[in-house]
Amino acid sequence: MFGTLRRTILTAAVAALALPALLPLGAVAQERSITVASTTSTEQSGLFGHILPIFTRETGITVRVVALGTGQALDVGRRGDADVVFVHDRAAEQKFVAEGHGGPRHHVMYNDFILVGPASDPAKVAGLRDSTEALRRIAAARAPFVSRGDRSGTHAAELRLWKLAGIDPVEGRGQWYREVGQGMGPALNTAAAQNAYILADRGTWLSFRNRQDLKILVEGDTRLFNQYGVMLVNPQRHPQVKAADGQRFIDWILSPAGQQAIAAYKINGEQLFFPNAAQPEPGA
Amino acid sequence: MRAPDTILPLQAEGLGFAAGGVQILRDVTLTIEAGPPTFLIGPNGAGKSVLLRLLHRLLIPTAGRVSWSGLPGEAARRQAMVFQRPVLLRRSVLANVLYPLRLAGLARAERARRAQEGLDLVGLTALAGRPARRLSGGEQQRLALARAAALQPEVLFLDEPCASLDPAATRAVEEIVAALAARGTKIVMTTHDLGQARRLAGDVVFLHRGRVLEHSPAESFFAEPETREAAAFLRGELVW
Amino acid sequence: MHDLSDAVSTALRLVASADPAVVQVVLLSLRVSLTAVAVAALIGLPLGALLAVSRFPGRRPIIVVLNALMGLPPVVAGLLIYLLLSRSGPLGSLGLLFTPAAMVIAQATLITPILAALARQVLEGLWEEYAEQLRSFGAGPWRAVPTLLWDGRFALLTVLLAGFGRASAEVGAVIIVGGNIEGFTRVMTTAIALETSKGDLPLALALGMVLMTIVLAVNALAQGLRDVSARWAG
Repeated sequence: MFGTLRRTILTAAVAALALPALLPLGAVAQERSITVASTTSTEQSGLFGHILPIFTRETGITVRVVALGTGQALDVGRRGDADVVFVHDRAAEQKFVAEGHGGPRHHVMYNDFILVGPASDPAKVAGLRDSTEALRRIAAARAPFVSRGDRSGTHAAELRLWKLAGIDPVEGRGQWYREVGQGMGPALNTAAAQNAYILADRGTWLSFRNRQDLKILVEGDTRLFNQYGVMLVNPQRHPQVKAADGQRFIDWILSPAGQQAIAAYKINGEQLFFPNAAQPEPGA
Repeated sequence: MRAPDTILPLQAEGLGFAAGGVQILRDVTLTIEAGPPTFLIGPNGAGKSVLLRLLHRLLIPTAGRVSWSGLPGEAARRQAMVFQRPVLLRRSVLANVLYPLRLAGLARAERARRAQEGLDLVGLTALAGRPARRLSGGEQQRLALARAAALQPEVLFLDEPCASLDPAATRAVEEIVAALAARGTKIVMTTHDLGQARRLAGDVVFLHRGRVLEHSPAESFFAEPETREAAAFLRGELVW
Repeated sequence: MHDLSDAVSTALRLVASADPAVVQVVLLSLRVSLTAVAVAALIGLPLGALLAVSRFPGRRPIIVVLNALMGLPPVVAGLLIYLLLSRSGPLGSLGLLFTPAAMVIAQATLITPILAALARQVLEGLWEEYAEQLRSFGAGPWRAVPTLLWDGRFALLTVLLAGFGRASAEVGAVIIVGGNIEGFTRVMTTAIALETSKGDLPLALALGMVLMTIVLAVNALAQGLRDVSARWAG
């Protein structure tokens, strides 16, 4: 019969196209899992890729990380769309807890911010210990400065430093002060392309590949301290929050096992995050 | 009391049709009876195709009415139409014939039987599995006829079915039309080919500028037309 | 230039090594986008066909809205779906946010108007040809819809490919509703966005090349299918 072969070929081709669509999308949705809203710095530095498999092995709980700026991550928690929030902006975190969206807040680990800029260093800040003095010189030189501008933890830290330096960078907006409204990586890409200064977290910087002429110019100032905190989203407000498994994750990351896992994560031999759950929180 | 099992005669009363402010047909009153083929003829633009479409309910008249005999609702199911350019589905020859039979709600076995008959009638049985749109122009028109015939309509409307066909294909179509008429199907057909009308028509409706000027048996129409316009038309003059 | 050649060799290495993480991302991309196309086709094509065959008050406005929705920014669509699926939103109890299903919904939302608008254009021509004959057969607009969908299948395949192209290239909506979760909702485009933000431009570009190759393969397969059967059907 004419067309039988043709029909077979057609059917096979249609099946080839349709098959991936038919695979159940929810295949992995059955397993035990929690959703953690966290920051780009922890995800993109590779920390989660290192520590989460250890947690999953120990508990059988898969952790799904949605990486956003701290402000957005807290918003996701406010809406109840995550079970745990793991971010780095103490003031914003305390507000989150005070408003009853979750908590209590636990401090987990720290690293530090660094001031990165072009090797040519037009504002002459290289080697300074005083980060506010460095910002003052950048502003005075009207040298390009890229700001995250996205309500992230790093953005909040940068704004605090400008305030300490007594400068309102917004006056330079559209000229030397450039708010990109994006994550750490895209902001670094922008700074690299424009030979601009930028405040970055060390973890993202260490794993960042497209540095071009950028290098660390200022580091070690105690005001560049970067504390990370973790908290459970309030299950009373959002009944779907997986409180038990979320708490399990928080307990684990604060435990010696979790803290050691954090300390063990290194890029090129350099430790990225320093666990401090066992010590009192600096500046608290 | 039983209604006679026919939808004929078909009556048009005071039929008019206007589109876009142009009056295309006016005051057409006409009775079409069972019997040999009725031909609608007349110069281009006389309104032949529009009248055919009004009779087949593809157009709604702006004046007057079309009425069929028999049970209400029967008429629509018992008529079919073949167009100047056959509208063939992008399917096989056989699937084209089966399509309206399924719409008509016939049982599967009956559909197969009728489709087979239709294809036999027009001599396309050997091509049943071929894609319909790959047929030649003449074959396509024969397929359109087979599809209409398979519906076993009591009335079959044909709108210039041979207008774009070569003489051989025209002859094949005429033979099929004659066979259908012989088997009792009422043919209502337009043509611009007077020879064709002479060969096939039982009666002739002569249209001119949207009006019916004559309706008479073919023999008398061709021998002694009653109106000046029809006479001129038959002589092959440009009538306007 | 160095980055480009780097990207090409990285792309080749990714393909040659069949890195399971990359394979998983590729398969999820295909699954999400093809499912979205299937869902959008179920809604969009009949809608387009209906708009092609019927005349009713409000038809023009619907067409205008559909055409405008073709330009719906993915981020806006993503936000709307996010707010709907959020645990604080009306459909929160479904627990779909940050799952592949949410990404399917987002992509389907984006491409349904495209499929409907393009299908309407394609089928309007076919309807013009078929209308009298189908009415003569006693088929009303409702009955004409499946007929047109079937008889327009070759042209509609191209429409589906346009939808698939848009769905698989889309990043703004799926990153919002999917969350770009590694091993769960990370697809090609969000992986590319992530690698770009990590400054690994060669890897990002390499992933882009892999994505383009896949899209190309799907298109070639579908186009071949279309050509073979269209040659048959005329």
